Amino acid sequence: MKQLLCPLNGLRNIQEFTHGGEVTVQPDPNSCSDGEWADFIFLEENKAGVVKEWWCHTATAYWFIAERDTVKDEILRTYDSSEIYKDRMEFSRPEKPSDSVSKLESG
Amino acid sequence: MATAYNLARYHGITNVAVFEKSYIGGGNTGRNTAIIRSNYLTPEGVAFYEESVSLYKQLSQELDYNILYSERGHFTLAHTDSAMRTSRWRAEVNKHLGVDSELVYREDLVKLIPQLNLSEDVRYPILGALYHPPGAIARHDAVAWGYAGRAAELGVEIHQETEVTGIEITDGRATGVITDRGRVSCGKVVQAVAGASSEVSRLAGVKLPIRTIPLQACVSQPLKPFLDPIIVSGSLHVYISQSDRGELVMGGSTDPYPRYQTSSSLDFIEGLMNHVLELLPHLSEVQVMRQWAGMTDMTPDFAPIMGETGIENYLIDAGWGTWGFKATPVCGKRMAEMVATGRVPDMIAPFRLSRFNQFDLVGEKGAASVGH
Repeated sequence: MKQLLCPLNGLRNIQEFTHGGEVTVQPDPNSCSDGEWADFIFLEENKAGVVKEWWCHTATAYWFIAERDTVKDEILRTYDSSEIYKDRMEFSRPEKPSDSVSKLESG
Repeated sequence: MATAYNLARYHGITNVAVFEKSYIGGGNTGRNTAIIRSNYLTPEGVAFYEESVSLYKQLSQELDYNILYSERGHFTLAHTDSAMRTSRWRAEVNKHLGVDSELVYREDLVKLIPQLNLSEDVRYPILGALYHPPGAIARHDAVAWGYAGRAAELGVEIHQETEVTGIEITDGRATGVITDRGRVSCGKVVQAVAGASSEVSRLAGVKLPIRTIPLQACVSQPLKPFLDPIIVSGSLHVYISQSDRGELVMGGSTDPYPRYQTSSSLDFIEGLMNHVLELLPHLSEVQVMRQWAGMTDMTPDFAPIMGETGIENYLIDAGWGTWGFKATPVCGKRMAEMVATGRVPDMIAPFRLSRFNQFDLVGEKGAASVGH
């Protein structure tokens, strides 16, 4: 059984974890185009080699980041997401709501 | 390879070269569980795979090479009310499109698959199944060899042990392929490299909505023929059929995380055998003989990606996840048509790469090895 070092819970069987996809940069949802948003949600680097990914320890719902080699199937390093993300992601309402948003509100 | 054969045979285009990093049929063509069916869920998917089944039925004659096509009947077991509902939905879509497919109940299964454990005293009792009589298996290596043999006779060059290391793009147009044995200039490039789609398309600067995830499978020791139908359970993540050599060919679900690796795991075989023995308990003394994995290029909507890439003359044929082998003939036919005519055939238009950018996904929940 492969094991993964969880930054919160220590070394655990990999079956306790959920793979959450590549660590990417989210475009600003209020200003990016539909095309940029589609690229962000669908396209993958899917690299053969070392990748940086989100993983979740399912039982404790704890999300963290792992660096992994997808060819050798080795986990190189795991760490808390605060190592990369210093600020909270901003999800506030845009100052000037776009047409689609105002339609939703009135409808 | 199927595309190259179709170009040479039906479009008179014989100045075609096929580059293969290893040997013909050594990739996912020889690693799948060789199931052929068309009982998918979406109208786009059903029409596409139905054409593939009809091409498969006469493929041995066409290629003059016996692919051991064997019609068995295909059962997708339902263990829950929601699975029964999905089966009914699929059956109705299938019938509407002329595909032989129906919902059967536990009482019918007693007669149709007497080998099956229909006890209610198990973790996931069987309530019914989606029954697809034309479901078939074939010898997968023979399909690759048959296409390769006929294509080569018609003048197609096949370069094995030749790795593509670069795609030459001039003014937004593909003009050549660089390999580790030299450069080849060309009018059009078709990328058909299941298991390495993202890596090869990266050479052309195209990013794909694909995750490469291993799918494991295994075969048992050869047994006397006892199991005619193909048995699949989406809830238990199992599919079983008996090959012409008598081996039980068994597959499970895709691995829990992406990898470019074809190693086998004990976790997989333990999980799969638990489920196999729930369906067929009398196999408990049977030995597993071989275990392997293939790399599946999974797309977000469980449908393939075929057609234009945004780079002129660079066409793609990818995202074949767990549904590639059964589509080989139709995919080869339609991709060849696209190369020869320069137009996108209606049948494959829904599978274009730009569907993601247009939020127009296919949603093929009838695919194998995916939770639904």
